[in-house]
Amino acid sequence: MKILVCVKRVPAPGARINVTEDGREVDSTHLGFTTSPHEECAVEEAVQLAESHGGEVTAITLGPEAAEEQLRYAASVGVNNLVLLPIDEPDWDPQKTADALTKAITEIESSEGVFDLILFGNESADAGGFQVGIRVSHQLGRPIVNGIKNIEIADNEVEAQREIDGGFEVYKLPIPAALGVREGINLPRYPTMKGRLASKKAELKTLEFSAVDGGQKRNKLHRPEEQVSETVILGNGPEAAPAIVDLLEELGVLQ
Amino acid sequence: MTLLVLCDHDRGVISDSAFEALTFARSIAGSENLSLQAVLIGQGSEQAAESVISFGVETVNVASHEFLIDYGPEAWGETLTQIANETSAKIIVSCGTDRGNEVLAHVAARLEMPFLANCRKIQIENDSSTATRIQWGGSLLEDVTSNAGVQIFSVEHHSTEPEADASSGSGSIVEFKPDLDSALTRTLVVDRVVRTHGITLTTAPIVVGGGRGVGSAEGFAPLEELAEEIGGVVGCSRAVTNNGWRPHSDQVGQTGNRIAPEIYIASGISGAIQHWVGAMAAKNILAINTDPEANMVTKAGYAVLGDLHEVIPAITAEVRSRRNA
Repeated sequence: MKILVCVKRVPAPGARINVTEDGREVDSTHLGFTTSPHEECAVEEAVQLAESHGGEVTAITLGPEAAEEQLRYAASVGVNNLVLLPIDEPDWDPQKTADALTKAITEIESSEGVFDLILFGNESADAGGFQVGIRVSHQLGRPIVNGIKNIEIADNEVEAQREIDGGFEVYKLPIPAALGVREGINLPRYPTMKGRLASKKAELKTLEFSAVDGGQKRNKLHRPEEQVSETVILGNGPEAAPAIVDLLEELGVLQ
Repeated sequence: MTLLVLCDHDRGVISDSAFEALTFARSIAGSENLSLQAVLIGQGSEQAAESVISFGVETVNVASHEFLIDYGPEAWGETLTQIANETSAKIIVSCGTDRGNEVLAHVAARLEMPFLANCRKIQIENDSSTATRIQWGGSLLEDVTSNAGVQIFSVEHHSTEPEADASSGSGSIVEFKPDLDSALTRTLVVDRVVRTHGITLTTAPIVVGGGRGVGSAEGFAPLEELAEEIGGVVGCSRAVTNNGWRPHSDQVGQTGNRIAPEIYIASGISGAIQHWVGAMAAKNILAINTDPEANMVTKAGYAVLGDLHEVIPAITAEVRSRRNA
């Protein structure tokens, strides 16, 4: 089967995120970059599905030239084909991103055949727009369900499970289909040395697209006001237990 | 012209998130002079309809169709789009839950309009809005302008305290029959798997969380014991699920569960932003950590400095001894 997985390059933050002076983007001076977590799992899932059902996996990203790093990483864990849609700005709005991805997917499919499955991350770690996968799938006329934590392939059908409070919802989508994947669907593998070496030589295709601006414009990013709260130290070590239980009783939560 | 609020419910049981969205939307409908209307889709909508009227809605649109028994993102998105067209909606709102964001994205794709997910504030002016929405799960805020004939946005979950409208009159319930293509059945829920009955991470009044400091899968046994004793549920950080010590469904954080318990007992958790944004809606936080400089300790309302492996069993013992006293 042919699987496409869409990934996004995002900063890897630690305990705090800073913003550049003009408020346009995250100040990544002291940060590394990574693949958005849900999408890292989508890559792993695509590779596992291709391993057990045969076929090949293509990874695509829309981002700065440097996003090649995330595509190479995908290749190092088993992705076969890499496609970069380079942009000059830090990020595009969700409608414009979806427009470009739709055009790219349509072009790839017109020469190489339809993808049986397109995997997106449920939402990107940074912008968190919750929509690009849905917009692309809608334009392609394909079914999509978000929040997926388990995928099984049957004849011309994909069974997908979505975690809800206390259980799962089960969906059966006809192939070709798209899914928004959640972290936890698998535990992504680490690249092997052999994989790393091979990824350096993997062919990377660059496609350029003009896309239509959406109606959403970022004015600025800023950090939320931090609630400065004095931490009440209830004590040190196990001797603090009575004070803790006093607190629980005070809050009225003990059953 | 209307302001539509999609009210999520689980087969008739309306969720608090719907009340949050209604509360948030009510003042906007007032200032924009729009008719505040609720939308309920799927089986059980009739039972749920009465409960939203007290939130000040003029009309409750109850959508029913043979394809709308259980949830389906495409069928729900198409239904809400048809109600929006029918009622000349200017604004469409939902709470920023999994379903809320998913359905609104489908609506936005159909109407070819922008969609602002997880807003904290929004100001509408004619066909334009300025909103503050969350990025990075709430670690960063984005001020954004949206130009659209129909404003579509979700309200960040837990950011609004639900409040009924004392002055609300008698809203009416209107049945809506959407025209749905059978192709939309392709994304309907076909089955459900129940894993746990009773309290879960997102509904528990107490969550006992463990992080890297717990050290191993076995290390969670005392946390389980404490949770059991005090009617709580065990949660964990991303470091824990990445190590395979706990299933991902136990994860609290940006890529896991957003919790809002009465108290979150965070033990051995440093408090990286990925975790913090999942826990920050807790009403109280007690951090247990050996490091007084840990992010979790400095941000928490209460802290105990010490080794969780000693403190957690001591809490369990203290609760038991008071019960037996």
